Amino acid sequence: MSALAMAASDTIVLARRNLMRIPRQPDLLIAYTVQPVMFVLLFVFVFGGAIVTPGFDYVDFLMPGIIVQSIAFGGFVTALGLSEDVQKGLIDRFRSLPMSRSAVLAGRTFSDIPLNLLSLVVLLAVGFAAGFNFDSDFAKVVLGIVLLLFFGYAFSWIFALVGLYSSSPETANSIGFTAIFPLTFASSAFVPVASMPDGLRQFAEVNPITTVVDAVRHLWLSTPAHSDVWMSFVWCVVLIAIFAPLAVRRYRVVSV
Amino acid sequence: MSTPAILAEDLHKSFGDTHALCGLSLAAEEGTVLGVLGPNGAGKTTAVRILTTLLTPDSGRATVAGLDVERDAAKLRAQIGLAGQYAAVDENLTGKENLEMVGRLYHLGRDVSRTRADELLERFELTDAAKRPAKTYSGGMRRRLDLAAALVARPPVLFLDEPTTGLDPVSRIGMWETIEARTAAGTTVLLTTQYLDEADRLADRIVVIDHGAVIAEGTADELKDRVGGERLEVQLEDGGDTERAVAAIGSVASDTPVVEDGWVRASVASRNGTIAAAVRRLDEQGVGIQDIALRRPTLDDVFITLTGHAAVDDEDVAVEAEGVGA
Repeated sequence: MSALAMAASDTIVLARRNLMRIPRQPDLLIAYTVQPVMFVLLFVFVFGGAIVTPGFDYVDFLMPGIIVQSIAFGGFVTALGLSEDVQKGLIDRFRSLPMSRSAVLAGRTFSDIPLNLLSLVVLLAVGFAAGFNFDSDFAKVVLGIVLLLFFGYAFSWIFALVGLYSSSPETANSIGFTAIFPLTFASSAFVPVASMPDGLRQFAEVNPITTVVDAVRHLWLSTPAHSDVWMSFVWCVVLIAIFAPLAVRRYRVVSV
Repeated sequence: MSTPAILAEDLHKSFGDTHALCGLSLAAEEGTVLGVLGPNGAGKTTAVRILTTLLTPDSGRATVAGLDVERDAAKLRAQIGLAGQYAAVDENLTGKENLEMVGRLYHLGRDVSRTRADELLERFELTDAAKRPAKTYSGGMRRRLDLAAALVARPPVLFLDEPTTGLDPVSRIGMWETIEARTAAGTTVLLTTQYLDEADRLADRIVVIDHGAVIAEGTADELKDRVGGERLEVQLEDGGDTERAVAAIGSVASDTPVVEDGWVRASVASRNGTIAAAVRRLDEQGVGIQDIALRRPTLDDVFITLTGHAAVDDEDVAVEAEGVGA
């Protein structure tokens, strides 16, 4: 078997293994279904009346932002799972097998994609029910979805690194949450950046979350594009280029 | 002479200020079981982690099945199976799914992996539990599944890192029988343990390690011979006069008797007539006894003689954090 075929086969075997646990631990699904729905409802009905979004209904403004947030968090299962695998000694077993050195991590990050797709579908359904609508053509809507999944995949590598450095699944969860929660709020996801005080506003403007949210708004609602769409893809590539090698390097030496 | 199936030469490994291995050398001939015996923190797990390519040594060299642990790591992994003290199974998968997954990762192919999983479940008496998630398994069942996973690809060399630590006595004996059946099939096994009876029962040769280096090696009998001959043990009646007892036993012993918790113990030169002589002398001194026996030295005696401390020493547990964060 060639090295590439081996890596692909190992990755598929492990991605399948990761997805098999989902129906057996249905509580994990809450993060992908109930939680985002709750966020949409809270934001639309609690904050919606108070936040001014010139030119938009708040629900239209909100949906790209809240979907980006949910997807940024989608990789938490990777952090959780890897940290558990380290703790339980499974990573030792994998590392002692004649298998590809990147497959455990690639299997994890790939299996986040269908879960992110699920949460995307649930969020859009709730969004439609709350009055959201696309204002764009079909190809751009699809490109928006592709961007979201790619962005989620890039963030999964950040979570992979977090999982490999955490002493327990609980720590992995709280590190992920503490790092990414502020990042998603200090962006254009929930409020217009222009409303933020100096300092925070400049941070929010260069925050990749803002770039991705603005790109999805452009693709779904036909807002002015600037350079957000291609910049978003560049951001995703950069994140993967940074975090994937770091995670693989850590994987090669991590131990119980 | 052919290269031993497992060979380590002058391995050194430190974690910060902790010197886990300080010039460890060992060898296991093909088809034999090498017992690596030592207390917690002696360096057993570090040695296994280096030999299974999970850790690189600071210096020294090691080969398994003739393959270098650093240069030929990828090829080496196809030749080994590893079962550890952590019972590394995926709790959310069933027993069968676990074994199939491992088979696929050894690249045995889908059908072979499936057949092999069924075979191993049967052999390890897990067929009834094959379709249950591993999280419902008892500790003993998990260890069996873990060992089965190590055997999926029929590796010629097997590493068992404290395979029975934490198991109840019945499961331990079950595990021993399983390991014995495997080793009878010609696999080379390196077994680490802190249980002397385990090494005594399973290993062809034993290396005793302490503080990261080998302090003794040989067969169980050779090691026992190093401690000397038979041991005479006498349990005194409550309130028995230990001074008189020591005097009485000293007159038949080949060394100075040791008193501990109402027992007086000493080495004796020969079995013949020893108990009768000891009882006579004790009677003359008016010392009452509850029990008297001769026994062969155990590996515990060996360990205490060699290291000055018992094999299982809780104070050493902290040092077992060896690999953490490395």
